[in-house]
Amino acid sequence: MMTTDVAAPSREVPQRAKSLRRWGPSALRGWTTGDAIFRKACTAVGASVVALLALLVYELVRGSSAALSKFGFHFVVDKIWDPVQEQFGAATFVYGTVVTSVVALVLAVPLGIGIAIFLVEMAPRRVGTVIGFLVELLAAIPSIVYGLWGLFVLAPIVRDDVAPALRKTLGFLPIFQGDSHGVGMLTAGIILAVMILPFIAAVSRDVIASVPQTQREASLALGATKWETIRNVVLPYGRAGIAGAVVLALGRALGETMAVTMVIGNNPQIAKSLFDPGYTMSSVIANEYAEASGVTYLAALTEIGLLLFVVTFAVNGIARLLIWRMARERKARA
Amino acid sequence: MTRLAFASLLALSVACHGSSAGKGGNVSLNGAGSTFVYPLMSKWSSEYQKSAPTIQVNYQSIGSGGGIRQLIAHTVQFGATDGPMTDEQLKEAKSPVLHVPLVMGAVVPTYNLPPLAHAIKFTPDALAGIFLGTIKTWNDPKLTAENGDLNLPATPIVVVHRSDGSGTTYVWTDYLSKISPEWKTKVGNATSVNWPTGLGGRGNEGVSGTVRQTPGAIGYVELTYAMQNKMPAGQVKNRAGQFVDATIDAVTAAAAGAVQSLPEDLRYSITDSPGEKAWPISGTTWAVVYKDMPAGPERTAVVSFLRWTIHDGQKFCAPLDYAQLPPELVARAEAKLDQVEPAPK
Repeated sequence: MMTTDVAAPSREVPQRAKSLRRWGPSALRGWTTGDAIFRKACTAVGASVVALLALLVYELVRGSSAALSKFGFHFVVDKIWDPVQEQFGAATFVYGTVVTSVVALVLAVPLGIGIAIFLVEMAPRRVGTVIGFLVELLAAIPSIVYGLWGLFVLAPIVRDDVAPALRKTLGFLPIFQGDSHGVGMLTAGIILAVMILPFIAAVSRDVIASVPQTQREASLALGATKWETIRNVVLPYGRAGIAGAVVLALGRALGETMAVTMVIGNNPQIAKSLFDPGYTMSSVIANEYAEASGVTYLAALTEIGLLLFVVTFAVNGIARLLIWRMARERKARA
Repeated sequence: MTRLAFASLLALSVACHGSSAGKGGNVSLNGAGSTFVYPLMSKWSSEYQKSAPTIQVNYQSIGSGGGIRQLIAHTVQFGATDGPMTDEQLKEAKSPVLHVPLVMGAVVPTYNLPPLAHAIKFTPDALAGIFLGTIKTWNDPKLTAENGDLNLPATPIVVVHRSDGSGTTYVWTDYLSKISPEWKTKVGNATSVNWPTGLGGRGNEGVSGTVRQTPGAIGYVELTYAMQNKMPAGQVKNRAGQFVDATIDAVTAAAAGAVQSLPEDLRYSITDSPGEKAWPISGTTWAVVYKDMPAGPERTAVVSFLRWTIHDGQKFCAPLDYAQLPPELVARAEAKLDQVEPAPK
């Protein structure tokens, strides 16, 4: 059809047909070949992620085989970590990792979302830009700097001010009992909270900013206050995105090593109180790998790496599931 | 994880760079290991290059354990370690490895208490008790017995130890294992142990930082680190019954006092040394090399560099707060090097 149009030249040849001639059958064939190549290249790049992950798991399992066969499932539930007797159990490290990450999320999530709401909904544009920039700058500080700051500045504050205040007001909870040496799980959690704050705040800000203006206007037109608009319209609309930000931050908190190891006290124990020292999975790898000798010891440290991978994978999986369910519920309601 | 990545990266770079004789007869040597000896080692390598411009020594301070692993993997010509290789490691190395003492160091107890008239005197019993967690306050009779004039407070003791695997911990636990049977059976001696009590700090700076931040804390750090940072250091009663200050001379004295009884392979420990002036918590950094390196410019370079460090190189120890080897030990170290390649006549 088109070829006839083109074959009969006339002054009214539409612009579209002209361009289509350039995209004629032969050209189109070349284009599809290119498309196929492009598609294959993209598939290969995508598959490389899967391959890399598989290789990582394979290497971790291979490296930890000596510990896997010696300790089996006991490795996950045993609390003793004794390099001299070659008795290795990782329960204390899993506990420390999970507790510090939870503390960090409890502190950073409300703060991060609050910052995002302020920046998008309330702050004058100029103030918003400056504060947004400062929050992002927090992400650029090296973790060793956070760690040393935590040890020399934050730890004494926690010991002398924060811990006594918490003991006085919330001391009936077992997590706020006992003495604080400054370093401990609470301090580690606070440091982590500062470190993951920029992730939550920056991503949430972008998510909230992408909520269509019409949604807000509709809500305000119905007589809702600003607070009601944010709570009932803006946040639910961006819920999936904000949850994504939290997952990203959680991943960072689970894997953070240097800053945590400076302030957690590095004592493998399962303590109820947040004031007590603990130990995390990534910290023990960083601390002991360089000097580790002996097949079982190295294998046990590698198995901790594997375990960290599994825990991160599980936590991320659960978070994804939650987001997916939330999204489905919203669709069902809509 | 970064350590892991770093170690593999290092292995890769060493493997790629190669270590063989380059163009124009230049030889570049690769060594790796102890972080304790690193400041001295970099001084040595730059000073040595002045006298032997064709030899370049690269040293990676990845930790003693890492150095031994690199030696076993044949990615370096020499390792440096703060604790001798274990029988298991020697077996893993397949061909015979020699231990050459290079320099000495010490570990000292440091604490955080209100200003005192003089350094606290620690008996071996008191130190073991504190680190086992059985002595819980500073006015415990075991401490006041020797420090009656200090009027030590009733502050609870907070033990601080290294959380990273370290030669410092190795020397410290080696000493505690020798003087306390309970420590030996309950905890033992290694670069990382299962501590009965206390907080872990990462590196010397982590331990000293935590000690400084925590009233009533006691920790242990390298002598060089304590001296450079002017930290309070306790006196310790040695085997001869003397309370001695931690000084580099007292460390050299510890080696001199023990030199008669050192084993043939020089895999010794000089903690709790019998000398009158000996600092009891002293250690050594050894170079580890293969005895049957193939003859060639590489072997000559390794041996002549190490030979230089134990002779001319020793004068750089004191300015950097390291303790020199006593002359008797230099002779025995030299004999080890002769087994790899005899000195040119």
